[in-house]
Amino acid sequence: MQSNLIVAGAKPQKKLKIRGVKRSAFALPYLALSVLFVIVPLFIMLYYAFTDGASGAITGANFVHFFSRPNIMAVMGKSFLVALITTVLCFLLAYPLALVLSSPTFNKKLILVMLFVLPMWISSLLRTYAVKIVLYMLEVSNAWVAVTVGMVYDFFPFMLLPLYSVLSGMDRSLIEASQDLGASALTTLFKVRLPLSLPGIVSGVLMVFMPTVSSFAISDVLGDTSTYMFGNIINQWFANSGGWNIGSAYSLILLVLIAVTVVVANKITKGRTEIGGVL
Amino acid sequence: MATVTREKFDNIIEIKNVTKVFDGITVVDNVNLAVRRGEFVTLLGPSGCGKTTLLRMIAGFELPTAGSIFLEKQDVTAMPPHLRPINTVFQKYALFPHLNVFKNIAFGLKLKRIPTGELDKKGKPVYRKFTKDEIAEKVERVLKLVGLDAYGHRDITGLSGGQQQRVAIARAIVCEPKVLLLDEPLGALDLKMRKDMQSELAAMHKNIGITFIYVTHDQEEALTMSDKVVVMTDGAVQQYGTPKKIYDEPANAFVADFIGESNILSGVMKKDFCVEFCGAEFKCLDKGFGKDERVDLVVRPEDIAIDAKRGMLEGKVVSTVFKGTYYEMEILAADYQFTVQNTVDRAVGETVWLSVEPNGIHIMKKLKTVNEFIGTVVDETLVAFGGGEFEFVNDGTYQKGDAVRVKVPFDKIELTDDEEDGSVGANVTQTFYKGSYYQVQVYTDDDADFFIDTVDEWDMNDRVGIKIKPEDIAVEHTESTELEHAQAADAADASAQAETEKEETEGAE
Repeated sequence: MQSNLIVAGAKPQKKLKIRGVKRSAFALPYLALSVLFVIVPLFIMLYYAFTDGASGAITGANFVHFFSRPNIMAVMGKSFLVALITTVLCFLLAYPLALVLSSPTFNKKLILVMLFVLPMWISSLLRTYAVKIVLYMLEVSNAWVAVTVGMVYDFFPFMLLPLYSVLSGMDRSLIEASQDLGASALTTLFKVRLPLSLPGIVSGVLMVFMPTVSSFAISDVLGDTSTYMFGNIINQWFANSGGWNIGSAYSLILLVLIAVTVVVANKITKGRTEIGGVL
Repeated sequence: MATVTREKFDNIIEIKNVTKVFDGITVVDNVNLAVRRGEFVTLLGPSGCGKTTLLRMIAGFELPTAGSIFLEKQDVTAMPPHLRPINTVFQKYALFPHLNVFKNIAFGLKLKRIPTGELDKKGKPVYRKFTKDEIAEKVERVLKLVGLDAYGHRDITGLSGGQQQRVAIARAIVCEPKVLLLDEPLGALDLKMRKDMQSELAAMHKNIGITFIYVTHDQEEALTMSDKVVVMTDGAVQQYGTPKKIYDEPANAFVADFIGESNILSGVMKKDFCVEFCGAEFKCLDKGFGKDERVDLVVRPEDIAIDAKRGMLEGKVVSTVFKGTYYEMEILAADYQFTVQNTVDRAVGETVWLSVEPNGIHIMKKLKTVNEFIGTVVDETLVAFGGGEFEFVNDGTYQKGDAVRVKVPFDKIELTDDEEDGSVGANVTQTFYKGSYYQVQVYTDDDADFFIDTVDEWDMNDRVGIKIKPEDIAVEHTESTELEHAQAADAADASAQAETEKEETEGAE
């Protein structure tokens, strides 16, 4: 039955109507995918997080493990701080660029595609190694600086694209109206452009913040033991077979914190999602 | 041109020789315009005529390629929009979606600085912001003015088009600008709402006394609301005057055609107060034309009287349509299809007599820069038009017997003393001195008009030959329908006229 529907989904709609299949059937392949790779793993993770590795009995000890270790909580705090700094830097770099790229005088599309797509063609790991070499050549020895630079470089496009899309979709006449009413270019930026690009900003912030807070590959390559991030710790628990339960609990804690961040972000943009919108 | 107004008038806006070129295309072409304080002036023209660009240059959104704009005698050509005491009502309102009605209207007030009346140590006036109470009071007052008293807290997105329009107007006038610019503000509203807003805007203009510059392509809107109308096409001003003057005395065929329904005919001035068209002589109120000068003339459909027995022209009713308070009839007389409006209906096929009172005929000078003809391809290298056969450059797409549209610029025609040297013989009827050259009007034995720009003077009734180089004859394919639509050509004439007028003023200086 399922495979039948997927095959039918590839055919023109006209034929589908004859068979009496609704349009929502097109979502079924995606639904199957997300059940298989999102929902099921989530439950597996929940199971591991609340059970004891040796006996399989239900326990809260894995969470106690986290909350009784201040040094690990500090690592998590550091991860959030690095993610925050990365996000802020990405925003400060991407917003002016997005303003320029979205301006009508700028012949935008080609250059944007080059800027955005070209780095993405290269494997993230490869790019991180490239950053390592460049930083080595520049004699940057501070591991924290290296990790932050690597993260900003890696996640910059995820900030740029939503900002560009919201700014280029903005009605030019709103900017003109602001100037017409006596606002200078700077006032217009803060009173009209920024508030109206909020959906894009939130979208970009989430797309940078969420992966950076849980990333471990970049700090692995660019950092040292001092730049150990929360992602590295989770990675380590999963790396040895006995640590899955604690690793799952740690992942769940991170997941909850990220979910809280998203909810807060959505609150901020409530009622302003006519352009763009949040994830 | 009537556009150059003398200093003694209280002109709030003066536009001097303003030209705007976008990517090599001239959108506004050497426009001169003066707007008097407190007037309601409408820029009227078809889309793409440059009216919105002109408005945007007054607002400061576009920088003129050449020329200057003065606001109260001060050159503001390069002043950025936020420093100009001018506000705009935008075509699609451009209200800020992140602010409610009150905050939208207060936006400009919060940025405004007003002199306190005091001077600082250096003797410069001290400025202050409006207080919260002042802003609230002003916003409330303007909301009342546009009839949205209780709407201050509302979201913009929840308002209807008409309400958004009112907020846009309120937002612009609350700043008390010296000039209010309105860019087709009623274009997005439905017909009923548009009519209501028209009268409201006109009333508002009278109440607040701000100078309005209004852009529209709707000639009815322009005529009903404005003190003055500027008719534009192809970036140039065709006529500037009161609605009545523009309707009754259009400056040229374009204006006549654009403003209201009209019959535009070709005629010949027999003498002062007497014009011949459609094979009959009519009394008219115009004088000062040369004897036998060929002219354009306009007769409004409501100015044609119909009688069963008596009249100047005999015609046949082709069609009749009831229009509410009158019947609009198409009547074929002397090979011209007249549009006639009358309260009495006539049956299709009925023979009627048409007559026009002298004040119903308005004579306009023929002004063009390109001669246009409908011709026929004779063979691979010859095209026949205007009573003669001319060599032309055939790109291979024109075959024998094809009907074609032929265009020849005035300055690409050569007149020869000996008729035999030209492709066709013609009589000179008029020679106008245009400052640096003569514009000669001739007509062939087939009664086709040719205009020629030349440095030589030709005498009236000279018999001449017309010679045109093959490469100067522009030939286009034509649809058969275009034969009937001389109006299309009129638009081209009008644009050409702008050129001629420009040259005239240059010549005069």
